[in-house]
Amino acid sequence: MKYLDEYRNEAIAQKILGEIRRTVTRPWVLMEVCGGQTHSIVKYGIDRLLPEGVELVHGPGCPVCVTSLEMIDKAHAVAQRPDVIFCSFGDMLRVPGTQDDLLILKSRGADIRVVYSPIDCLKIARANPEKKIVFFAIGFETTAPANAMSVWQARQQGIRNFSALVSHVLVPPAISAILESPLNRVQAFLGPGHVCTVVGYREYEPLAAKYHVPIVISGFEPIDILEGTLMALRQLEAGVAEVENQYPRVVKRDGNPVAQELVNKVFEVADRKWRGVGLIPMSGYRLRDEFREYDAERIFEVEAIDTQEPAVCISGLVLQGVKKPHDCPAFGKQCTPEHPLGATMVSAEGACAAYYAYGRHLQRKTQSPEAVAAA
Amino acid sequence: MSSATIAGQNGDAGALPGSCPVPISDYKEIVLAHGSGGRLSHQLLQRIILPQFQNELLATEHDGAIFPIGGARVAFSTDSYVVNPLFFPGGDIGSLAVHGTVNDLAMCGARPMYLAAGFILEEGLPMRDFWRIVQSMRAAAAAAGVMLVTGDTKVVDRGKADGIFINTSGIGVVPEGVDIRPARAQPGDVIIVSGAIAVHGIAIMSVREGLEFETEIASDSAPLNGLVEAILSASKDIHVLRDPTRGGITSALTEIAHGAGVGMRLDEVCIPISEEVKGACEILGLDPLYVANEGKLLAIVPDSVAESVFAAMRAHPLGAGAAIIGRVTADNPGVVLMKTRVGGLRIVDVLTGEQLPRIC
Repeated sequence: MKYLDEYRNEAIAQKILGEIRRTVTRPWVLMEVCGGQTHSIVKYGIDRLLPEGVELVHGPGCPVCVTSLEMIDKAHAVAQRPDVIFCSFGDMLRVPGTQDDLLILKSRGADIRVVYSPIDCLKIARANPEKKIVFFAIGFETTAPANAMSVWQARQQGIRNFSALVSHVLVPPAISAILESPLNRVQAFLGPGHVCTVVGYREYEPLAAKYHVPIVISGFEPIDILEGTLMALRQLEAGVAEVENQYPRVVKRDGNPVAQELVNKVFEVADRKWRGVGLIPMSGYRLRDEFREYDAERIFEVEAIDTQEPAVCISGLVLQGVKKPHDCPAFGKQCTPEHPLGATMVSAEGACAAYYAYGRHLQRKTQSPEAVAAA
Repeated sequence: MSSATIAGQNGDAGALPGSCPVPISDYKEIVLAHGSGGRLSHQLLQRIILPQFQNELLATEHDGAIFPIGGARVAFSTDSYVVNPLFFPGGDIGSLAVHGTVNDLAMCGARPMYLAAGFILEEGLPMRDFWRIVQSMRAAAAAAGVMLVTGDTKVVDRGKADGIFINTSGIGVVPEGVDIRPARAQPGDVIIVSGAIAVHGIAIMSVREGLEFETEIASDSAPLNGLVEAILSASKDIHVLRDPTRGGITSALTEIAHGAGVGMRLDEVCIPISEEVKGACEILGLDPLYVANEGKLLAIVPDSVAESVFAAMRAHPLGAGAAIIGRVTADNPGVVLMKTRVGGLRIVDVLTGEQLPRIC
């Protein structure tokens, strides 16, 4: 497929890998920020192609995973109401709250629908005037414009039976939190390509300077990730720490100003709890007061729900890149995509779920693929 | 098995004479993912159904059962169809219900002969739609060379069914010298797929999601008994045939690898996928390896006959896009490995539940 096959080409991959091998003189730890990048890395086995010593650790950039348990419980309280049609992105359906997940609530009769675009909720609202349509507005900066647009258009069009349960998170505060942690091992970042498509990468420049850490804004295809890795390694080897853009076919330094303007009209920056991590100050969006009539938390009076996360799994450490999924004794045993114990197993983009989906839980029982390949 | 045994909650099923408590499962209720063909469907079979009916035939976990009656070896299979929308590009629930059971029989190496059909109709289903579905079944049965010889209709209240559900069962006869079953997959065998994958699932999903592509993706639903005859005329020594429906080719291959205690090694670049389907999968965030097929089969054959079988498949209209996608291996029993497009190696495993569209 044009514009995709070029970025999945084995010959090009081998060329970049050769360049990486020639560049690296010592071990380095890189973090890919996005869940989409993690997914691609595990799907194509990219981490296994890299020379020994170049370690990729998986960042916090899976919006479904980091949505706090408390927010999921709020979502479930709203979704169970008989007067509500609850709309969500697909992979949110399997995320467990304290009790159940949305798929189970659906099996008990709750009206829960998967939408591809938040704007679809407005169509559902018009078609069901007797119901209250609630959209679970989650995600990083990437989904913020479309989510903001749903609220904006609802007001424009005078749609009164629509509201949003907002749990937006922001990447830069999470990167700061990782770098401030005394456990931090990360020496360079593959930055979030699609987040930066919206917000640009100016915000990342002070981070690179303050923590002296290379940040390469990278795409999601195998060649993007390999090239981003090479660019980051070149900086590390040269002792440079700058923001570079591997993904210029999509990302510009200033991002998409039109989208940013809309987001800023509808949302404002606020504190946000992250699943597996805890509260990070000023790390999310909430609806501005002038849009409070579209705030599902307020309408359905679920603001008071306060859930503490059980300290049963190491997902917080996995999200920060301190541990790998298979370092966890529960991985693939008590903790599976069916019954996730923690954040990183809940969505296909979570590091643990990606490891599981591509069979890495099986590897302790079997020969490693490398050994098989060599045989 | 009474339906009450399955429906009962933990503990209260003890009230039924002679019944056991429901085995401990991770879910107290049936969820949609139990029907996805992935891990949960497998659990439903393994924990609830199979233990109640232990017998050699069921234990083969084949698409159908094969047993002797009189002098003949008979294949027997059943399947239910609950597709939404009822009509989709390339077919409808009627043609699907015929093709599905014909194909299950064909995967046993049998020549499908007779079908039975059960219709569960929802009050309010337009008569015109029902007529169209029945016409489509007649045409599909004629094309597949099978006779629909018995059936049943039931009507349920409005809201209790999705317009129409159809069950079909079928019987066929397995020719002498043919022994096709999952357990026969052996190290060294060649894995062939009969054409481009994931077409049916994407055709259904693009209608359901209201996606419009430049070219319409039509379902590949088709009767595969003709193709199987062509394969068997090239060689009777076919080890396994499987039509990779729900759960796609990975689920089918992983099941076979488990059942036969062998490993498999696939090559991603060899797996045929059309540009349209690739594009739709990118948009929907789905992996085509897990998407359903209806007119494709996987053949696992000894190396010695692979070339002639492959040629016979390519010569048949339904196998024109056939490709050799991998081999059966002795190492890593139960595990399917795939060399990825960029040269990495990954394990392909069955899905837990439905593939859900990803957020980004």
